[in-house]
Amino acid sequence: MPLKLKVNNAVTTVDVPPDTPLLWVLRDVLDLKGSKYGCGIGQCGACMVHVDGVPTRSCATQAGEVVGKAVTTIEGLSPDGRHPVQVAWEQVDVAQCGYCQAGQIMTAVALLHETPHPTDSDIDAAMSGNLCRCGTYQRIRQAIHQAAAASQKA
Amino acid sequence: MRLNRRSFLQMSALAGGGLALGLYEFPVADAQGQARADLTPQAFIKIAGDGTITIQARTPEIGQGVKTMLPMMIAEEMDADWSKVRVEQADLDDRFGGQSAGGSTSTQGNYLPMRRVGAACRQMLIATAAKRWGVLEADCTTTPGQVVHAISGRSVGYGELAAEAATCAPPAMASLKLKDPKDFRILGKPQLNVDNHAIVTGKPLFGIDVKVPGMLHAVIQRSPVYGGKVKSANLDEIKKLPGVRNVLIIAPSKNAGPADTTTEPGTVIAAAGMEPGVAIVADTWWQAQLARRSLKVDWDSGAGADQSSDKFDKKAAELMLAPPENTLRSYGDVDGALKGAAKVVDATYAYPFIAHATLEPMDTTASYKDGKMEIWTTSQSPGGGRGQVARALDLQASEITVHLCRIGGGFGRRLQNDYMVEAAWLAKQVGGAVKLVWSREDDMGHDAYRVGGYHAFKGGLDAQGKLVAWRQHFITYGEGQRYVSGGDLGATEFPSGRVPNYSLFASAQPLILRTGALRAPGHNAYAWAIKAFVDEMATAAGRDPLEFHMELLNATPVPLAAGGGRGDSMNAERLKGVLQLVAEKSGWANRKATPGRGMGLACHYCHAGYFAEVAEVTVDARNRIKVNKIWAAGDVGNQIMNPSGAEAQVQGSIIDGMSQMAQEITLMDGRPMQTNYHQHPLLRMRQAPPIELFWRMTEFPPTGLGEPALPPVLPAIANAVFAATGKRIRTLPLARSGFGWA
Repeated sequence: MPLKLKVNNAVTTVDVPPDTPLLWVLRDVLDLKGSKYGCGIGQCGACMVHVDGVPTRSCATQAGEVVGKAVTTIEGLSPDGRHPVQVAWEQVDVAQCGYCQAGQIMTAVALLHETPHPTDSDIDAAMSGNLCRCGTYQRIRQAIHQAAAASQKA
Repeated sequence: MRLNRRSFLQMSALAGGGLALGLYEFPVADAQGQARADLTPQAFIKIAGDGTITIQARTPEIGQGVKTMLPMMIAEEMDADWSKVRVEQADLDDRFGGQSAGGSTSTQGNYLPMRRVGAACRQMLIATAAKRWGVLEADCTTTPGQVVHAISGRSVGYGELAAEAATCAPPAMASLKLKDPKDFRILGKPQLNVDNHAIVTGKPLFGIDVKVPGMLHAVIQRSPVYGGKVKSANLDEIKKLPGVRNVLIIAPSKNAGPADTTTEPGTVIAAAGMEPGVAIVADTWWQAQLARRSLKVDWDSGAGADQSSDKFDKKAAELMLAPPENTLRSYGDVDGALKGAAKVVDATYAYPFIAHATLEPMDTTASYKDGKMEIWTTSQSPGGGRGQVARALDLQASEITVHLCRIGGGFGRRLQNDYMVEAAWLAKQVGGAVKLVWSREDDMGHDAYRVGGYHAFKGGLDAQGKLVAWRQHFITYGEGQRYVSGGDLGATEFPSGRVPNYSLFASAQPLILRTGALRAPGHNAYAWAIKAFVDEMATAAGRDPLEFHMELLNATPVPLAAGGGRGDSMNAERLKGVLQLVAEKSGWANRKATPGRGMGLACHYCHAGYFAEVAEVTVDARNRIKVNKIWAAGDVGNQIMNPSGAEAQVQGSIIDGMSQMAQEITLMDGRPMQTNYHQHPLLRMRQAPPIELFWRMTEFPPTGLGEPALPPVLPAIANAVFAATGKRIRTLPLARSGFGWA
């Protein structure tokens, strides 16, 4: 049965079984490749998207569960790729291989929405569900603080 | 056969009024002694008429930053405006020279050749401008993006010169003048990763993101025991599942053993370099993956099923007590010196197999059409991979095109090209395009693992607390004196040559599992065992580990016996330099160990780089370790190419080393027991310490940073835990010594 999904403010109909992981619908049906497959069991956070604003692991979320909800992926985070968190990530030069960073950014955006000026321990608590195999944690922390400061000025 | 190499420059005009410049470094003759005349220009640099400069990055990008760094080297010498340079990833092409990423070699291997390409381009642009203006070349200079004639106040952009420059002959290599590094505008300044914007906006950059029209998706179920093969499988049932197009039993390759006798319909003989198993090809990856849940395979596990971690431990304990099988190095009289020592310490260190666990799993897309193979891959050694594909599928290298995608982590795993061969084989089987993506479980269960090992140490101190005897028996894996990949140990490894009486022995037990290089291969394991045992000896001597290390580094090295292999390439002064620097910066001399809190120090030399690191830790009553801070000092010569990328490599190496301390792959009846990150953890944000890095600049040629900062962090932390608790960590992972991360 076709499912009606709202992804990045566009409503589309996809013909997949409702128990298909949202991640694979995004990647292979909707051709949104920004959300990444890393573990498939909700361990690494590379597939992080927002569902009604809540950071959600798309590998462990069934497509049928998000019908009637708003899904936002890295591609829909900002119209021009200039969200303060994206800008900070570029300026701080966070990425090494870059594979986990879309997921890191989606989690960081949600953190800053809830806690506009997080402490290091707020960051630790919010970000510890996102793995970085390259070990960019120090710069992720720095970029989150920088994005928080930039948002305050804006 | 070692071929003479020469380099030369080639240049060609581009349509639309630009120039393209390449530098070739290749054998003068090929393996058959035939002169190579088939080279046509292929550009590193393209200058378009509008001034846009595009630079090709030749080496695969695995997160080590070469896609940014190599073009920086070219842009520096051509005096390009870096903010306007576009960087493209080169495809695999012999005319670029070597294109593999490994061994921290890109910096030293490219520093001069890439700069020469840039310098030649600049010289041609100057010559063109001088001719146009009728002035002396010597009176012309450049500012970023343009040639300037200061006397007449004239200037002209590179784009306006490109078409004309493309008609002149490239300068001879000998005439090229390279910049004095003090005049660098791009190198030595932090430059942002050229793919940053594409990464933060989720653009399809990686191998897993490749999309080819009409492609199918594949998974392969391999034997749970390495070396096993399929007896039978419920193919007919799987073929009926939604989206499934094809199901194939992959029988062992003809080259890998006796001819297969399976009669199961649908069986296809594998190509060399592939593991046997069952391949499922479907319309989408998820359909292929889902179909595996219904797959029932009767496996013939083979001899691997007899191997287990428990048996390895037991056998290692036996080998330690037995006379060593192999003497890697021995001089002086170790037994006599131990007998006469004022104090003897013995300890056994053990470390496990671990997996690479790159976050992007193994993947490749291949398309086979009209006898030609086109591949999009994530290989660290694509040239080797193309050779494997050619041999396995009976193709000529010229019939295979390889595109290099951005890679979600390498760490040595992608020096193996098994998944490239699999994808190409599948494409040929189905006669079209197939994307193969390994699941995380495939990856963890079928890695080329970092090999485990054991070291039995015995050290002797004289009455003054000087290290006078060192006996080390390394228990590794292999057959006789042929050790598995990553399971060897060099005869000059520290403290070899620096202790008056020394013996290094090795014994091996057989291993069926596949092993391979993991970031700082070998060093990531034995640096911990050796440097932690040096710390034990310093403690037994009642001496400061820093001063104890310095004494060893000050010793005049005992040369290797004639014919004993290449000598020790370590420069002790450089290692002493970083030790001193990290001690100063960390306040080592004033450290106070209080119960539950301590500092540890270690240093190591590998991959031509020198690093010393200090860890400060807090350990709670439940033996949970919090690393409060790491100080690192490094010496990689006289030039840091990209300070931002360099610092990232050091931070990443340290976090990687910490991750390794908690990881293990264990075998039970031949099966790796860990399947995903919950059982083979990576360090998480809350566990990651701040890292402060200091460079010690020396006069030596620059070397790479992918690896050398990793090894010292393991012993530095283990030594800090001892300072805090009085307990030694002699077995990894931490949990096997009763510790864990906070």
